[in-house]
Amino acid sequence: MNRYSIFTLARNALGGHRGWQAAWRSPEPKRRYDVVIVGGGGHGLATAYYLAREHGITNVAVLEKGWIGGGNTGRNTTIVRSNYLWDEATHLYEKSLKLWEGLSQELNYNVMFSQRGVLNLGHTLQDMRDIERRVNANRLNGVDGEVLTTVQVKAMVPIINDSAHARYPILGASLQRRGGTARHDAVAWGFARGADSRGVDIIQNCEVTGIRRDGGRVTGVDTSRGFIEADRVGVVAAGHCGVLASMAGIRLPIESHPLQALVSEPIKPVLDTVVMSNAVHGYISQADKGDLVIGAGIDAYVGYGQRGSFSTIEGTLAAIVELFPTFSRVRMNRQWAGIVDVSPDACPIIGLTPVKGLYFNCGWGTGGFKATPGSGWVFAHTIARGVPHELNASFSLERFATGRLIDEHGAAAVAH
Amino acid sequence: MTSGHRLAEGGRIDRLKPLAFTFNGRRYGGFAGDTLASALLASGVTLVARSWKYHRPRGVVGAGVEEPNAIVQLESGAFSVPNARATEVSLYEGLTARSVNCWPGPEIDFMALVQLFSGLMPAGFYYKTFMWPRRLWKKYEHYIRKASGLGEAPAVADASTYDKMNAYCDVLVAGAGPAGLAAALAAGRSGARVIVADEQAEFGGSLLSLGSAPLPRIGGRAAGHWLDAALRELRAMPNVRMLPRSTVFGYHDANYLTIAERRHDHLPLGERAGCRERIWRVRARRVVLATGAIERPLVFGNNDRPGIMLASAASTYVNRYGVRLASRAVVFTNNDSAYGSALDLYHAGIEVAAIVDSRRSPGGEVVQKVRDASIEIIGGSVVVDTRGRRHLSAVRVVQMDGERLTGRPRHIECGLLAMSGGWSPVVHLHAQSGARPRFDVARACFVPGEAIQGERSAGACNGTFDLESCMGEGAAAGAQAAALSGFVARATKPPAVEASAPKAQPLQPLWLVPSPRGVSRGPRQFVDFQNDVSASDIALAAREGYRSIEHVKRYTALGFGTDQGKLGNINGMAILARELGQEISATGTTTFRPNYTPVTFGAIAGRDVGELFEPVRTTALHAWHEERGAVFENVGQWKRPRYFPRDGESMHEAVRRECLAARNGVAIMDASTLGKIDIQGPDAATFLDLVYTNAWRKLAAGRCRYGIMLDENGMVMDDGVTTRLAENRYLMTTTTGGAARVLAWMERWLQTEWPNLKVYNTSVTDHYATAAIVGPRSREVLSAVCSDIDLSAAAFPFMSCRQGAVAGAAARVMRISFSGELAYEVNVPANEARHVWDALLAAGAANGITPYGTEAMHVLRAEKGYIIVGQDTDGSVTPADLGMEWLVSKDKDFIGRRSLLRPDTARDDRKQLVGLLSEDPSVVIPEGSQLVDDASASASAPVPMLGHVTSSYESPALGRSIALALVKAGRRRTGEMLLAPLRDGRRIRARIVSPVFLDPEGTRQNA
Amino acid sequence: MLMIACPWCGPREQTEFAYGGEAHIARPADPDAVDDAQWADYLFMRTNPKGCHREQWNHAFGCRRWFNVERDTLSYRITSVYKPGERPAEPAA
Repeated sequence: MNRYSIFTLARNALGGHRGWQAAWRSPEPKRRYDVVIVGGGGHGLATAYYLAREHGITNVAVLEKGWIGGGNTGRNTTIVRSNYLWDEATHLYEKSLKLWEGLSQELNYNVMFSQRGVLNLGHTLQDMRDIERRVNANRLNGVDGEVLTTVQVKAMVPIINDSAHARYPILGASLQRRGGTARHDAVAWGFARGADSRGVDIIQNCEVTGIRRDGGRVTGVDTSRGFIEADRVGVVAAGHCGVLASMAGIRLPIESHPLQALVSEPIKPVLDTVVMSNAVHGYISQADKGDLVIGAGIDAYVGYGQRGSFSTIEGTLAAIVELFPTFSRVRMNRQWAGIVDVSPDACPIIGLTPVKGLYFNCGWGTGGFKATPGSGWVFAHTIARGVPHELNASFSLERFATGRLIDEHGAAAVAH
Repeated sequence: MTSGHRLAEGGRIDRLKPLAFTFNGRRYGGFAGDTLASALLASGVTLVARSWKYHRPRGVVGAGVEEPNAIVQLESGAFSVPNARATEVSLYEGLTARSVNCWPGPEIDFMALVQLFSGLMPAGFYYKTFMWPRRLWKKYEHYIRKASGLGEAPAVADASTYDKMNAYCDVLVAGAGPAGLAAALAAGRSGARVIVADEQAEFGGSLLSLGSAPLPRIGGRAAGHWLDAALRELRAMPNVRMLPRSTVFGYHDANYLTIAERRHDHLPLGERAGCRERIWRVRARRVVLATGAIERPLVFGNNDRPGIMLASAASTYVNRYGVRLASRAVVFTNNDSAYGSALDLYHAGIEVAAIVDSRRSPGGEVVQKVRDASIEIIGGSVVVDTRGRRHLSAVRVVQMDGERLTGRPRHIECGLLAMSGGWSPVVHLHAQSGARPRFDVARACFVPGEAIQGERSAGACNGTFDLESCMGEGAAAGAQAAALSGFVARATKPPAVEASAPKAQPLQPLWLVPSPRGVSRGPRQFVDFQNDVSASDIALAAREGYRSIEHVKRYTALGFGTDQGKLGNINGMAILARELGQEISATGTTTFRPNYTPVTFGAIAGRDVGELFEPVRTTALHAWHEERGAVFENVGQWKRPRYFPRDGESMHEAVRRECLAARNGVAIMDASTLGKIDIQGPDAATFLDLVYTNAWRKLAAGRCRYGIMLDENGMVMDDGVTTRLAENRYLMTTTTGGAARVLAWMERWLQTEWPNLKVYNTSVTDHYATAAIVGPRSREVLSAVCSDIDLSAAAFPFMSCRQGAVAGAAARVMRISFSGELAYEVNVPANEARHVWDALLAAGAANGITPYGTEAMHVLRAEKGYIIVGQDTDGSVTPADLGMEWLVSKDKDFIGRRSLLRPDTARDDRKQLVGLLSEDPSVVIPEGSQLVDDASASASAPVPMLGHVTSSYESPALGRSIALALVKAGRRRTGEMLLAPLRDGRRIRARIVSPVFLDPEGTRQNA
Repeated sequence: MLMIACPWCGPREQTEFAYGGEAHIARPADPDAVDDAQWADYLFMRTNPKGCHREQWNHAFGCRRWFNVERDTLSYRITSVYKPGERPAEPAA
């Protein structure tokens, strides 16, 4: 594997950059692997990477039906934070954030993790109570967090609409300075390169069409490129997890919905932090290239079409213009959608299934990108040891039967 | 101001209407009918921009939406538009624009120093570096960000307004070139409702750029005359709506298309009035796509110098705008269409030094015409490199044998290189509709595939490039669309076209011109001008394993610019295919996503900003509250008075006064925002039994009862008092924010799960206004304005309802209390609210009746331990958690009951509602504080948390602070001391107590 | 953007409707007769198919009535609309 640095870059420049090797191989699938990971997004590639890196399991294939990072990894708005409300979620996302902090060096691939801070705006008195509650919990959990006044928000984001006469005036915000954004594609590519260099086979254009079982044990997967034997199969397929679960006769508490995002034309730096507003339904950051990256709402209906409703875009841009009146004349360049796997409590399901050797990692909904390294880390552990790590033990499928939900959105969704 | 760059005659500009404009601080002149780009070219300004990454000098390449280089900041202040394309900007008097992303300007740009390091900046270089040392990434990134971006967001708020239009039509025609006009005429004549939209100010498309000679004739007349007649006919049809300056930018499901109509930006600033842009949301039965084609540039060394442009653009500038682009030109092509451009230049008096044609022996009629004009044709040759510092000065031409360059290079001096690599049909909308364009090898372009929705492509966007066939296809598509919409389209023969450009010879695909020194070492061969992506970048990506076109796009930024790769993408795909040894069809296209061209945020937001962002709901007494100087709070969509400060009073003082009035005298609150649902029908009681946790059958008429409702997961979702008005009629109240949700939810259960129940729900929230009269003197006050209800405790007990007249208005009076005081809630028709309210205030004046707001309400209810759903609950709280087991019936089923039996939901150590009293009674624990026990208070993170403070106030009645909290196994811990660690380092000690702080026996409310 | 033919009002824009999730999930007649896993299945587990999906919609900004839609979740094409208690029309082919 070529080492990446300014020195190798300079050396290769002399040769017209003809000396670079492929970042990952494109091997033919073997007949058998110790572990097959279904889904070549960030989570799947991270899982393979940590299987090799942390657990010494290298006879691993990552099967991707399209191109790696082509699903939600390459379609999200790249926000990274760990300031969740409930302890279980906070610890999981904080593990991930810690991994993010050293990820470029760990992978020798610049994933451009940029800790520019994440602001969650409060627009009502109840928003502010919830912010206080969450930030206090974060800090006691060892996660950084601050509560800002409107004046402090304005100082950080001078272009924000701080008018007290706004329809929903900004009353304050929470701030996680360690949060920020990363370059989404680079995360997939960096993990792919790291996993590949440790022996993992990354197999693109390979769609899983069946999950074979024998006596309640998984034995392998049928794919568009033939049967591949494995007695451990980890499925990390986001919006398509339901399709795969049905191949194994498993029912999941998941619905797949389109989630849209959009970018403006590139403009000079004007917004240095990530700004999120649940009440006004908008979240926005500015990419290094200059585009404003805006997350739109989720469409209510089940959809696998990677496209959503124009009305959702309309609502989102109304919120953005309401929060940032000077963006009104900026122009929207492009929109797209991912398919997000939404669970009833807005928390993921990471763990064992009724089928031995078959593991699922899904239900990340709209928030999976930030969890990429952490998700891979705990899922690798779960697959390698056959039992969940304590960080993901609470995120079991059983919680839906016992009632032990980790209700991240319930906690934000009830008005008064 | 006809400089040497403007032709003396010809074109569609109006030489009698000169216009002055400013570009990069210098004043220039142009004419009505110009675009900013044509006016600049006609003023001799060719260096208009610097490229994004390497800051190379750039000029105008195209003449329309495909333009990658000529990006400007248009105007300033409230009229500023970032990233406007000079080729799309209509010139107007006083226009001001400047180049973006260069300093101080495009002529001299200090950022161009970066070119020295361009060798270190191949595709994706940033993934390979800036990693060490780790802490410096923020610095690196700061400069990367500063160097990125094009224009600037305006610094002041937008003064313009934007509108939405909804439209339904039988046939939507996208594009008003010859094919689109033929389609619109055919469909319009059938009587079908037609909308025809075109992005340009003038309809006509390619017909607008025809040269003065030789002109094609359509239907026996000059093309221009045919166009005028066609437009006249369309304008005369009442069933046809013509939308110029309107871009169909999105094709969504079920033939829903979105159009951005620009109404202002071509006008001088002072003349702009009304709405700037409108978004049309169109449902079309059928769609005819006539979106044309975009010429492809050729990819050769230093193909990005100012002075190199598309051949079709050169024709447009000469023919339509009368621009004398240069005195000497070279044409470089692989197909016949550029020969027409050469003739256009020739007829405009521009010397055409040569046509460099990659085809070995070009022949045919048009070639002959060029020969007749004594223009040299250099067949089997290519331009491999160019010269010129800030403007093209010469091209280097080499013979090509297959992929090999042979022979001695030849330098030809020229100020214009008109290039044509063939044409790319604009299949964007077709692809957005869900269809898949396919690669047509013969025509060397992507053409529409099988339609998925009700659309059909016609003309150049269908890969049909000769005028007669375009018009034929357009007419046929228009007639078919009308017929499929149920109209009888008369079969009109499309007009015969006597073409000036006769049958073309086949094009020779030329995706990448061989480089004398190899792609990686030779001069940069640009594929995507705006993002500075060259052929070597694509080769590098392929070499490094980024083999999917999507990977290449993301790794190199190919097609990510504001032009969305309209020029570069197809060349890029073909170059990648070559690198991978694949067919172009195997490499495929990237996804075509909306928007076709960028659309203003404000236009998509429309009117839904400012006070219309979400409708404000106010009560019938709102004006009174405003008169009284109320400070308002947003609760759901409602504005509710939070408190009523008197002169100089702080909120604290006002709330204290309001609370004491309610406890000691009488106070009055507008409670109209609480949701009110009128529930009727023989099965109403059965239904209430299902939606509430407690039992309703035995509630007597005229009595009220408090209820909580759960979601099916067993968690509290709303609460309120419901009154049985009659045997089969109830009036339910809900929380202010929950009213709509509860009604919709109950309707859903009724209609989908229990359709057999005869129950009818009606929202009456807005129909009644509610005044809560609270305090020991409330009976006195009410009795002064209500004589027909016996208000005595015996006749009108707590939790009952009476009907009567209050201040002459028909009223329902409930004796219920959210404060623990003797209290009455008077419900009157909203129209009589003010009158009744005034009467109550007058009646209470002697007793100092005090209006109070939500803040005092919160204090009063907290003193009694009454919850607010959404504040003291959070969607994870059961009735048992709230200590409300007494409210949960064991004798019936209800929504959510089964969930309460699950092991984790039934646990007795869940978080439970408790009261908290801080050790220091003067300290109010901040709401949202987390609670820990003594043992873990000094532990390092993660510190185990026991719960949090949900409500916390200073209680004037108790003379100390009180709080409510949700605490793990809280009731068992009653008496224990907990700590609230604050962010400022303070720790507040507080004891767990009963959540009922005042009058637990309820003596006051029963008085 | 869907165009939905409300069984009572006729075709209307998607923005007039509210989505209600998978249809034909009957509430257990006797909730006490099912175990926790079966209750969880009713509460949370969903078919979530890529393809034909029967789902509930409400004409929220119209007649406010609930009804069922059969829709392809990939193409978003609606193949059938029917009232509560009815079954969808059998596909023609």
